[in-house]
Amino acid sequence: MLTNLFDSVTTRGKAALALFALALLVWPFVANPYLLAVGTLILWFAYVGQAWNVMMGFAGQLSLGHTLYVGLGGYVAAGLFVKLGIGPWAGIWVATLVAALAGLVIGWLGFRFGIKGVHFALLTIAFAEFTRVAFDHLTPLGGSGGMFLPVDQRAGIDILNLRGPPAMYYYIMMALAAAALLACRLLLRSRIGYYWQAIREDQEAASAVGINVFRYKLLAVVVSAAMTAPAGVFYAFYYNNLFPEQVFAMNRSIEILLGAIVGGVGTVFGPILGAFILTPLGETMTNLLEHIGITVPGAKQVFYGFALVVIVLFQPAGIWPWVAKRLRLVKGDGQ
Amino acid sequence: MPLDFYLNVIVSGILTGLIYGLAAMGLSVIFGVVRLVNFAHGEMMVLGMFGAVLLSQSFHLDPMLSAPLIALVLFVAGYGLQRGLLNRFIDRPDHQQFILLVGIAMMLVNGLLMGFGPDARAANVDYSFDSFAVGMLNLDKVRVYAAGTALLVAGLLFCFFRYSRIGTAIRACADNQLGAKVVGLDVPGLYAITFGLGAACVGVAGSLMSLVIDVRPQLAPEYTLLSFIIVIVGGLGSMGGALLGGVLIGVSEAVAGFVLLPSMKSMFSYGLLVLVLLLRPQGLLGKKG
Repeated sequence: MLTNLFDSVTTRGKAALALFALALLVWPFVANPYLLAVGTLILWFAYVGQAWNVMMGFAGQLSLGHTLYVGLGGYVAAGLFVKLGIGPWAGIWVATLVAALAGLVIGWLGFRFGIKGVHFALLTIAFAEFTRVAFDHLTPLGGSGGMFLPVDQRAGIDILNLRGPPAMYYYIMMALAAAALLACRLLLRSRIGYYWQAIREDQEAASAVGINVFRYKLLAVVVSAAMTAPAGVFYAFYYNNLFPEQVFAMNRSIEILLGAIVGGVGTVFGPILGAFILTPLGETMTNLLEHIGITVPGAKQVFYGFALVVIVLFQPAGIWPWVAKRLRLVKGDGQ
Repeated sequence: MPLDFYLNVIVSGILTGLIYGLAAMGLSVIFGVVRLVNFAHGEMMVLGMFGAVLLSQSFHLDPMLSAPLIALVLFVAGYGLQRGLLNRFIDRPDHQQFILLVGIAMMLVNGLLMGFGPDARAANVDYSFDSFAVGMLNLDKVRVYAAGTALLVAGLLFCFFRYSRIGTAIRACADNQLGAKVVGLDVPGLYAITFGLGAACVGVAGSLMSLVIDVRPQLAPEYTLLSFIIVIVGGLGSMGGALLGGVLIGVSEAVAGFVLLPSMKSMFSYGLLVLVLLLRPQGLLGKKG
């Protein structure tokens, strides 16, 4: 099973993938601290985009509130660490469990009552925003004033407590992103993955051939939520602070899904490519605009918005399928 | 707490809610006919707010008088947007429409931010601090005028859809797009008119709102979400539902801001949204299916 996991990728594609992985591995040795941070951020978005894609890309359920799971993951692990001294590697399981439960509740409530499409997407926003405001008022965890993790010396690597130099975080995020890629590929090729795709294409038809639509849609939400939580844990331990305004921000929810959609919804390489396009695009614009002397707030986002419109106008299926076909990286349609 | 205090809070919530309702009506009309979820709705509203504030600051034009002008501008802009861009996305999947509108929304709100900065601005009128005293009620003059105008515009829109030929044709499109095409209606053109009307509605709501609150570009996403909540609560595609939803949200915000904490008021609205989605997903006045 594992050996033929990427057999739809051509030799060319495999070579490109290997080169890409190599470039990622040597990146911390050649990049300055700023570029290393950008690299970490890209991998973070690639990972979360991959997780979001399970729900939307595989099972066709649009979530506009994925920061809910990021925030819950971050707050649970950080809370356990700060208040009870429980390390992140134990906390990550609790965090994942809590996020999965949140996904279960939202999915159960939504699908139980037959909420579909746009309405379901709005339900996900509602829960995320509700939780954001709730955490704003949750004073034991810092409320709107934020929650802070103790910042220790950053010279040594203390992987047990997720404390170390920036390069350590980069490699952890890279490992997470790679694991997510493999997991999604496996999922997509499994019985569950085929059920999901059937539901995505035509829910009634899927139901007619005997797929338990309710159960598998619910599973998609739970898997996606659970996958997202570790990104929240990482976020908490990387930035050492959590503000409800930021970690549950709706803007971030949108940023998460933009990468996956721009890269290619439903493909496993799409979210990665999307993150590698959008995050540097945003960063380059900031620098470029500063360089030519435009420092007005908002200029970057105007260009960013324009880029989105252009991309969705001309490459609606995402950039990965187009690139993969052009460069013959995969056989067939770019899955 | 004395009773008249509560009554004042509630009535003030109703008045603000009517303006919300007008904004939501724009969203509802667009969704009901074009089947497009306008994720740039709050951005258009803020456009209306800025129009009113700037006209008031430079020409001392009362936002209620500048409202028709703003409505016209936004109608033309909305018409053009639907004709030029959105009509191509009618049959595309939800998430692509979403990206398109998010892109447009980002350009709008950040364009405003570039042009006018993040500071709050207000439209000043002579009667800003006047009020009507009715029995034990003390009503802000601006709120009463703004709510009255919102009701008037909502009524006009309702009559347009009910009695005019174009309105009837638009309703036909909403009921059955294919059927409308078969009888020879210019569906893309009618969609453009609808989007223009929706944009004009929210533009007027924005200019009225500028009487009541201070205006900042960053308000936009908040109002997009608020309009969504109202429309879902009231019932997608139902014009009366949008007004009712607006009033409900307006009152619940006012009461929650007063009983709990002002910063917790949106929790109330989201809670209401979740309840309605679960118990009556078609909305309070929405039709089933």
